Amino acid sequence: MKALNDLKVGEKAVVSEILTDGAMRRRFIDIGLIKGCLVKCVGISPFKNPKAYLIRGAVIAIRNGDCADIMVSGEVV
Amino acid sequence: MELKKTIALMGNPNVGKSTVFNALTGMKQHTGNWAGKTVETATGYFKSNSTTYEMTDLPGTYSLFTHSAEESVARDFLCFENSDKTVVVCSASCLERSLILALQCMEIKNDIIICVNLLDEAERMGYKIDLEKLSEILNVRVVGTVARNKKSLSNLIKNLNYKDTKSDFKIEYPKIIENAIKIIETTLENFDFNINKRFLSLRILEQNRSFLEKVKLQNGKSVMEISEIKASLSEALDYLKKEGLYENRISDFIASAVVKMAEITASEVISKTKSQYSKRTETADKILTHKFSGFGIMLLGLCLVFWITIYGANYLSNGLSFLFSYIEKFLESFFDFIKLPNLIKDIIIDGAFKVTSWVVSVMLPPMAIFFPLFTFLEDIGYLPRIAYNLDEPFNRCKSCGKQALTMCMGFGCNAAGVTGCRIIDSKRDRILAIITNSLVPCNGRFPAIIAIISMFLVTLGGFFGSLLEAFILTLVIMLSVAFTLISTKILSATLFKGTPSAFTLEMPPYRKPQILKILVRSLLDRTAFVLGRAVTVAVPAGIIIWLFANVKIGDLSLLAHISAFLDPVASLLGLDGVILLAFILGLPANEIVIPIIIMGYLSASSLTDLPSLNIMKDIFIQNGWTIKTAINFIIFCLFHWPCSTTLMTIKKETGSLKLAVFSALLPTLIGVLLCFFINLIF
Ligand SMILES: Nc1nc2c(ncn2[C@@H]2O[C@H](COP(=O)(O)OP(=O)(O)O)[C@@H](O)[C@H]2O)c(=O)[nH]1
Repeated sequence: MKALNDLKVGEKAVVSEILTDGAMRRRFIDIGLIKGCLVKCVGISPFKNPKAYLIRGAVIAIRNGDCADIMVSGEVV
Repeated sequence: MELKKTIALMGNPNVGKSTVFNALTGMKQHTGNWAGKTVETATGYFKSNSTTYEMTDLPGTYSLFTHSAEESVARDFLCFENSDKTVVVCSASCLERSLILALQCMEIKNDIIICVNLLDEAERMGYKIDLEKLSEILNVRVVGTVARNKKSLSNLIKNLNYKDTKSDFKIEYPKIIENAIKIIETTLENFDFNINKRFLSLRILEQNRSFLEKVKLQNGKSVMEISEIKASLSEALDYLKKEGLYENRISDFIASAVVKMAEITASEVISKTKSQYSKRTETADKILTHKFSGFGIMLLGLCLVFWITIYGANYLSNGLSFLFSYIEKFLESFFDFIKLPNLIKDIIIDGAFKVTSWVVSVMLPPMAIFFPLFTFLEDIGYLPRIAYNLDEPFNRCKSCGKQALTMCMGFGCNAAGVTGCRIIDSKRDRILAIITNSLVPCNGRFPAIIAIISMFLVTLGGFFGSLLEAFILTLVIMLSVAFTLISTKILSATLFKGTPSAFTLEMPPYRKPQILKILVRSLLDRTAFVLGRAVTVAVPAGIIIWLFANVKIGDLSLLAHISAFLDPVASLLGLDGVILLAFILGLPANEIVIPIIIMGYLSASSLTDLPSLNIMKDIFIQNGWTIKTAINFIIFCLFHWPCSTTLMTIKKETGSLKLAVFSALLPTLIGVLLCFFINLIF
């Protein structure tokens, strides 16, 4: 099991568990980031943080620290 | 009889809501390609079929349940204002996500129209959307639009005109939730809270405090204080627990059901074909956010923008000052002709007119050129990329990444940057961003900096001269960004301790900017605005400074007295009394600082003719300016109190006078310290 921020650019995975709590958890859900959601890492910023992810058709940047608690599984090609 | 209807405009950020709004109402809400720029609600009117529509553009939001200030505005409007129709603008290129909000809205209101915008973009991305099927599945009116093209909105208007049998839409939740809802809804039958009962039951079930507080405010009675409701809630909670769903996961469970429904609906109506378009955005992103080329392009781009500004402004300036010297001659002979007393003539021409003409001829041109360029970058979608590139430094300074966005807005106008800070959720991060916003120079301060750079730091003329000026200006900007970071870091280690809140930064697809519209809008609106400000601020300032210079106390003019009074402080900073006075008088608008300095110098000397712009430098030198003065002026221009509009905006946004005062003190302190040390060392 790895965290969302472990994805390398170009890798896809499925969210298996969101361990974040509170307001941020709600925010993730509101952009559609829930268990079972397919995500793809599409970019990394010059300082390696944040990374950009394709989530339900939108490209969204999230700081590594903020998505370390989002667990993903299975490389989907 | 004339009918009146009210319409609420909802939608995710950056789906084209403001564009729809502007096209329908003819108003000029700010549009731009990044999430979070509509932070204030706006209301406009339009007529169709003898019905007057009152339309309210609500701040963009991802969901009805998130907690940032501007997002709850949208939710509260939807829940508690009785609008006749609600238009939910969705993005066709990102329909699945847009539908989440649309579904949430449909749970509250039964008069929804879904407006699927950005159809052109979706088509380029290879998406085909079956609007009829969408309408069928959700049992709701659906229209497709391309908001930039006004004609495509006629369909939306047509749909607004229809009288509807209210649709009866329900999101099907998993069985156990439905059962729990039933328990609470049955109890609610006996009460009236003026809101959809099923929706309220769900919120009670997930114990959404902030929402229930609002319901209490609206109704004067608290839902959770009614014992029957409390009893049914605990009954429902007990039931769910028995089914294995714990209290703290209920809200997740409900929200996920909505997201899944959006997912299923979207998959049924979208068909995807192959397209190169997303590839191109990806490639552009690779280059613009690359380790090396990302920063290279950012700095070069900044340099280029400044170069165009400086080079173009030069021509405009010369033309305008030529024009003004004619107008002055004309005014003079006209006043002679009507035999205006000399005193009044002097006040008008040497006071009001001169300052105004300098503001317009020297300060206006760079602003008139910089602003459309800035808007261009905004429209194309570059701002979020800057924020993305710069996020890690902001992260190290313990601030929210969206601060990079509000900082960028500050380059346009600090007051706008401060208002823009509403996109930052956490209070601490927002205050940090607000306080440090005026550390970057706004559009009104650029011209002064440019003028001084071209007079003192770059003696080279022509093409290479302007290139060098642009380069120096870029360095100046980097200095201001550096100080934004440093102050943020120091503040977050001292007065505003804490960790930055997590955030998500949306990076929209690049969009073709509407060049013509940008030009027309920024030239007309912006120029009109600056001209208006020039007249309202420069005229009185010109008169004041003229009076200062000509009212004598003892042997010396009032101006000499004041500047002699300010001189000791000013000279510690490597400036002089007149300069400091100009900054003080420039509080209402930074554009007038340089014109006031010139006025001050001129009236003290016995020069009577209006000097051409070219010999402005001589006047400065005669009054003791050196390169050191120039550098200190630039530093002080970067770091001193923000203009009064910005200060008032800070007071309004933070609700605290203390913070407004602090935001004035912080940059001033930085400026004073820097100038003091530069003066000491060199
Ligand atoms: N290609 C295209 N661009 C659009 C359309 N509608 C809006 N835009 C652009 O999308 C961006 C965001 O629009 P805006 O109205 O500011 O979005 P808001 O945040 O929802 O108010 C702007 O750059 C608009 O010019 C459309 O139908 N097609």
